[in-house]
Amino acid sequence: MPKISIDAIILENKPLGSDIYQLSVACPEIASCAQPGMFVQLQINREMLLLRRPLSIADLDAAAGTVTFIYRRIGKGTAAMTSLQPQEKINCLGPLGHGFAMTAKNPLLIGGGLGIAPLLFVAHRLAGQADILMGGRCRQEMFWPELFQPYARKIFITTDDGSLGTKGFTIDLLPMLLQQEKYDQIIVCGPEIMMRGVAKIAAAASIPCQVSLEKRMACGLGACLSCSCDTNDGRRVKVCKDGPVFWAQEVL
Amino acid sequence: MEQSALLRTELAGIKMQSPVWTASGTFGFGEEFTDFVDLHRLGAVVVKGTTLQPRRGNDGVRMTETPAGMLNCIGLENPGVDFFLNDILPRIQKYGSNIIVNISGSTVEEYGILAEKLDVPGVAGIELNVSCPNVKDGGIIFGTDPKAAAAVVTAAKKHTSLPVILKLSPNVTDIALMARAVEEAGADAISLINTLLGMAIDIHTWRPVLGNVTGGLSGPAVKPVALRLVWQTAQAVHIPIIGMGGIMNADDAIEFFLAGASAVSIGTANFVDPAITMKIIDGIADYLQLHHLNNIEELIGKMKL
Repeated sequence: MPKISIDAIILENKPLGSDIYQLSVACPEIASCAQPGMFVQLQINREMLLLRRPLSIADLDAAAGTVTFIYRRIGKGTAAMTSLQPQEKINCLGPLGHGFAMTAKNPLLIGGGLGIAPLLFVAHRLAGQADILMGGRCRQEMFWPELFQPYARKIFITTDDGSLGTKGFTIDLLPMLLQQEKYDQIIVCGPEIMMRGVAKIAAAASIPCQVSLEKRMACGLGACLSCSCDTNDGRRVKVCKDGPVFWAQEVL
Repeated sequence: MEQSALLRTELAGIKMQSPVWTASGTFGFGEEFTDFVDLHRLGAVVVKGTTLQPRRGNDGVRMTETPAGMLNCIGLENPGVDFFLNDILPRIQKYGSNIIVNISGSTVEEYGILAEKLDVPGVAGIELNVSCPNVKDGGIIFGTDPKAAAAVVTAAKKHTSLPVILKLSPNVTDIALMARAVEEAGADAISLINTLLGMAIDIHTWRPVLGNVTGGLSGPAVKPVALRLVWQTAQAVHIPIIGMGGIMNADDAIEFFLAGASAVSIGTANFVDPAITMKIIDGIADYLQLHHLNNIEELIGKMKL
């Protein structure tokens, strides 16, 4: 799939929850070909930011030519992003990386924190075929169910403080879900410790598991080698180019 | 005048479509950029630093952004020279650009062995990396001691018929001393600068941001320093200079030519805009035309004092 670098027009940049924002851009070139799990390098023309910021695609509308990202204000780059205004241009480099294998018939998506974002696009593409288990810190952070409502089959929620759904972590609820339903695949994105936990449970249940990794990167094209990581069979891979999606047993 | 006539030039016997190169470690093996760049228009692609054995590089965080720049401590991750020769070179030759291989050894002898192995059709030249700041045995010692740098040049020249370029470190007190030493040892050209040593600390955790604690600073932040070093080097030697350090656009590149560089290399800017080299080439041609110059060579070292 050819990658392009193109000026997109910002359509919307609105808060979804505390410190979490949704950015939508008009970018038909990327919307027409990007696959779930892929990401885009956004050029933030603010302050003295030099490098692009890699953001996973949270959703897209190929017909309308729009691409949506969901991000948390966490550092200088994302703080600057919150000031982006509709009608402004933003350079998008993408689609980058290789996304999720969309081969499952009955998958369970598992997301933690902002790792839930790329799963929205997966759920959209699977059109009611996938269940989602999502975890967050508290009710205020769990604006996600509404976003998943049109796409997901069943939605399971955990929060650290129990203010919404089941109290605890996603991996606490997972064994029970696996007993209730015969999933043929797990697709997980979130903090590494969570993905490791999920991968372990998936392996024990002999369910194939895809994970999406996150690493600092400069180019997003496989050139700078900032995001190299080891595979379990001793290879070196680049999260930006060979990933961000891998089979769990490859990298965890 | 046609753009190709304006830009076509030669450096250390290497015939080039343009005087714009890509800096080692910022452009992979070139093939990563083919969606954005016509590699044939580049003067040369300098590929990722190559060592005798494969290297996995440093652990931990390897890159962080700094004001108008970035720090990296990749640590020479590369698949090793044999893999390069057998698997990568045949694949990237077809793009028709000059391929310069940046090599790094932990001993003088290793530079000789690498230079010999790479003396094959399809490789246009060797760049000696004696200034990687991120590995203990990555040659930084050769980059700060004129005698050691000269020994590396001598070893490489003895084992290859290809042009040998020595890449100088900016982390020295007297760049002219280093430059003269490598010229006397027979280097065909000098490239500079490699990254400036720097670091960043996370004030929330009180820990260094980079896994290697220190790293190499690049990007627009280093450009004035690089320009000064290129100018000082140009005063000290007669061999051609490939100037680099924070070049983000054609205007920046023009400054390096005026300071005495015969070619420029684009590094960090490739991360920001993967098509930047093409824009810089076009911009240089436009500038030459605007100033009624017939070839890039008419600009080299023409700063008026």
